[in-house]
Amino acid sequence: MRLVLACLLTLICALPLRAETAADILTANAELVTKASRQTIGPVIDALAASGDPAAALVLEAWADKRLGLRKSDGGFVLLTPDADGYALRDLAGADAGRAAKSEITELKPNAGVRGLIATALVQFTLSDPDPARRRAALESIAKDPKPEALAPLRASIALETDPALFAQKQRLERLLTLRFDPSSAERIKAINSFGADLGLDLRGALNPLLATTRIAVAGDPPADSNIARPLKTGRDLTDTEAYDLLVAAKLAPARLTLEAQRTALVANLSGGAVGGIALADLNTQTARDRAYTALETAGAVPQAATDDEATAALAAHRFYDIYTEADPAVTTAATAALKSIGQKVAAMQAADLALDAMSLASIYFLAAIGLAITFGVMGVINMAHGEFITMGAYTGYVVQLYVPDYTASILIALPLAFAVTFAAGVTMERLVIRHLYKRPLETLLATFGISIALQQILKNVFGTQARPLTSPAWLDGALSLNDVVQVSYIRIAIFVLALLFLTFFLWLMKRTRLGLEVRAVTQNPTMAASMGINPDRINMLTFGLGSGIAGIAGVAIGLFAKVTSELGTDYIVQSFMTVVVGGVGNIWGALAGATMIGGFQKVIEFLNPSNTLAAQTYMILFIILFIQIRPRGIIALRGRAAGD
Amino acid sequence: MRKTFLTRSPSVLIFLSLLALFTLTITLASQGYGAGLVSTSFVKTLGKTLCLCLAALAMDLVWGYAGILSLGHMAFFALGGYMIGMWLMYARTEEIVVASLANGDLPATAQEIGQGIVTQIFGVVGASDLPLIWGAAHSLPLQLALVVALPGLLALVFGWLAFRSRVTGVYLSILTQAMTLALALYLFQNDSGLRGNNGLSGLQNLPYVTASQDVVTLWFFWASAAALGLTYLMLAWIVAGKFGSVIRAIRDDEARVRFLGYSVESYKLFLFTLTAILSAIAGALYYPQAGIINPAELAPIASIYLAVWVAIGGRGRLYGAVIGAAFVSLLSSWFTGGRAPSIPLGFGTLNWVDWWQVLLGLSFVAVTLFAPKGIGGLFDRLAHVRAPDRKGAPLGPDDGSLQEREATE
Repeated sequence: MRLVLACLLTLICALPLRAETAADILTANAELVTKASRQTIGPVIDALAASGDPAAALVLEAWADKRLGLRKSDGGFVLLTPDADGYALRDLAGADAGRAAKSEITELKPNAGVRGLIATALVQFTLSDPDPARRRAALESIAKDPKPEALAPLRASIALETDPALFAQKQRLERLLTLRFDPSSAERIKAINSFGADLGLDLRGALNPLLATTRIAVAGDPPADSNIARPLKTGRDLTDTEAYDLLVAAKLAPARLTLEAQRTALVANLSGGAVGGIALADLNTQTARDRAYTALETAGAVPQAATDDEATAALAAHRFYDIYTEADPAVTTAATAALKSIGQKVAAMQAADLALDAMSLASIYFLAAIGLAITFGVMGVINMAHGEFITMGAYTGYVVQLYVPDYTASILIALPLAFAVTFAAGVTMERLVIRHLYKRPLETLLATFGISIALQQILKNVFGTQARPLTSPAWLDGALSLNDVVQVSYIRIAIFVLALLFLTFFLWLMKRTRLGLEVRAVTQNPTMAASMGINPDRINMLTFGLGSGIAGIAGVAIGLFAKVTSELGTDYIVQSFMTVVVGGVGNIWGALAGATMIGGFQKVIEFLNPSNTLAAQTYMILFIILFIQIRPRGIIALRGRAAGD
Repeated sequence: MRKTFLTRSPSVLIFLSLLALFTLTITLASQGYGAGLVSTSFVKTLGKTLCLCLAALAMDLVWGYAGILSLGHMAFFALGGYMIGMWLMYARTEEIVVASLANGDLPATAQEIGQGIVTQIFGVVGASDLPLIWGAAHSLPLQLALVVALPGLLALVFGWLAFRSRVTGVYLSILTQAMTLALALYLFQNDSGLRGNNGLSGLQNLPYVTASQDVVTLWFFWASAAALGLTYLMLAWIVAGKFGSVIRAIRDDEARVRFLGYSVESYKLFLFTLTAILSAIAGALYYPQAGIINPAELAPIASIYLAVWVAIGGRGRLYGAVIGAAFVSLLSSWFTGGRAPSIPLGFGTLNWVDWWQVLLGLSFVAVTLFAPKGIGGLFDRLAHVRAPDRKGAPLGPDDGSLQEREATE
């Protein structure tokens, strides 16, 4: 604070010193400059800074770098460039001024305090630099490391700013610095209140240090001038051990005896197989050791250590407080209020962010589960190899990218190709295996599981165990950032859109096309459908292929943000089954509801316990098991004949 | 009564005598007590295989007989292993800590020993207090009781929840799989109290036992064989009686059994819990021989392999499960151990370590499709037991309706 005051004062006092050029100022104050000290040099530096001479910045930089010298012959100041046997000289305007030997020059060596003053003065030059990029860099460096000294030059530079964006930035930074460093409390409170519930991280970063607290322990009342944040109660706000440690640190109580120290003391006083009259062999309980130590204390062989009773008494005799390092209560009150209103807004934004996160996770689960909802939900066939179809889709994307280097084009090729590959795989599997097992659902599960382990191992043998890259196009990088709290990456938005597309496509297919009609007919009553001239074999094959194909597309989408390994699908298979089971079998809306619920629930648990995603999954599965108790047929259950069994 | 039971199920006597003969042969050929013809590590493999056979027996009872395809029995198996592992690790560490503290200047207090044990066991996960679930780890009887009690309780609660809401068929399979996954994920956490993904290790060293590994291995081999034999006897007796008929009826048509007045849920719950306990006992015998247990053992895939063994061996017959588990797991360790010769093909070599899983998966599909009875079907053929050879299209819409050819004949 004092420093800023001093700067301001000297700024005013220095006015009479104002001269035309930097050289004039230096010459006029040659005495001060050569014997510069932090206390006296201020007016000179300020005069240089205020001179408006373009050379001033050059001079100041050189001075701080110890490249400013005094020529002994005429007492003039010169800029130095040291070389092998002396200096190359330039005058203060930067023009060449010949050479000089080392002995002809007195080098100016400003101390650290003076260099600090010079650096502060230089800030103003960079803040008013004609190059906007340099101005922005200077602003950023101040914002990164706010210092009281930067306030004055920053204020001075605002009026000269021409760039509107930089102007706003400077104003904001000025208020941020004001609320921390301004000498007047009223100004600071005004600055705090001027922000309202601003969500910027920089504002919170500026406000939080104002509320920093330290813990103190006092015997009576707290010091009168301290700004108390809150009184602390032992047992509630801090443990007895922490409180006693505070007392020890404040030298209000003797240190307690640790078990280690006791042990060392006992060993040190071991004599003749006994310590303090207690035999060594008996020292295998804590009470015996305590007695031995007390005996040693009485004998004066070891220092006194606080006993439990003394410690309790000491705790009772003292009071503990959190006090703000900031002295002015009005400022801390205003900062607390501001942070509280910010906190409320941040909480609301976080809820929105959480909802967006949950939605994007739900769309991933929905994509992974939609194929399953078709094969399991509509056909009643459980396909354990569904996860491997997802993996195959992701690997298709990888292979396409090996041949098509353009990422946008490769993704556009990969999506239909993945569909084709997994559609073919699904149809083959249906023809060869599943067709024979329609009446034995448990065995379908096992047979498809056999296919699953075979496929997974084949993929592992072909592509290796290490993760393969599936790179998203550049336009999908980055995130849509609404403010410092709410951010959604474009890839998640793309997946959300893809999920919506598939929902629409599926609804259209099932409700508006001949194929959908036939699928629904075969699902509800295959015999009757067959009597109506529908070929159930063909329909089953196509439905299974469709479900598998969508798994392939989901694989490309998932591969864009997850690591593509042969175990990619296994990570999603249980969640996908859960999605279908929770949502309700045989209904696309069920899969949607299930995905939304599971995605939302998982995100909420992760939010409540952010350090532990494993626990989140555990609780989610437990929740699902319990949920099945309440609604055994899922959220959206089919009724009547369509429900089957 | 006993006589009629044994005459009704001749396989029991054959199985028990074969098992006894096998145990005796291995003992006589072992390094511990016999001629040293088979290595200790191979005896260990065989002992572990016997435990897997025991787990497969439990799986066969719950799936082959009662039709509940549980994909969670390996979780109970691993839980049993964890329970015994906790005592083994605690007691072994206590032994080491006491020995090292005995060299100190002062005799150790109980707290110092306790702290030493905690530091030794939980140093890797950064915990400094003994987790609550280790409360019984100092006592062998308590921990042995937990081997049975904890998995049993888990199965009871889970089964009660699942069966009372009539979760059946593939739904139940998925739900049990989810349970396994949840348990595995829980144990993977460092603060679960069971050392996270480090698991428990050093289980092959029995505390306070100075006998060599050659001998200890044989002890476990005998214990595994005895457990397998006793369980086989018990299960054969159970399935030969009225209880067996009821559970087979539940498998074939649950609704009809319920309409006949049986409490289907109670039967299923009893069976589910019983088999969970049997799996846990198998696990408690398995992991001291394996030496290490970690949460990866609970992965859902392990439970599915259990189903694969039973299916390949032949469901619904106890010896089928044992044969399947022994055959597939031994074959699997032979192939994955790199001892199987690679087959040179024109374009490259077929390396069995890489391709064994593919073979297993495809042969499993083949068994499901073409030989639903598994290896056990071969014994039917030897005994000239034939399944009805029904041909032609069914005349009605329901399963098991009269078929064309039968109607005309």
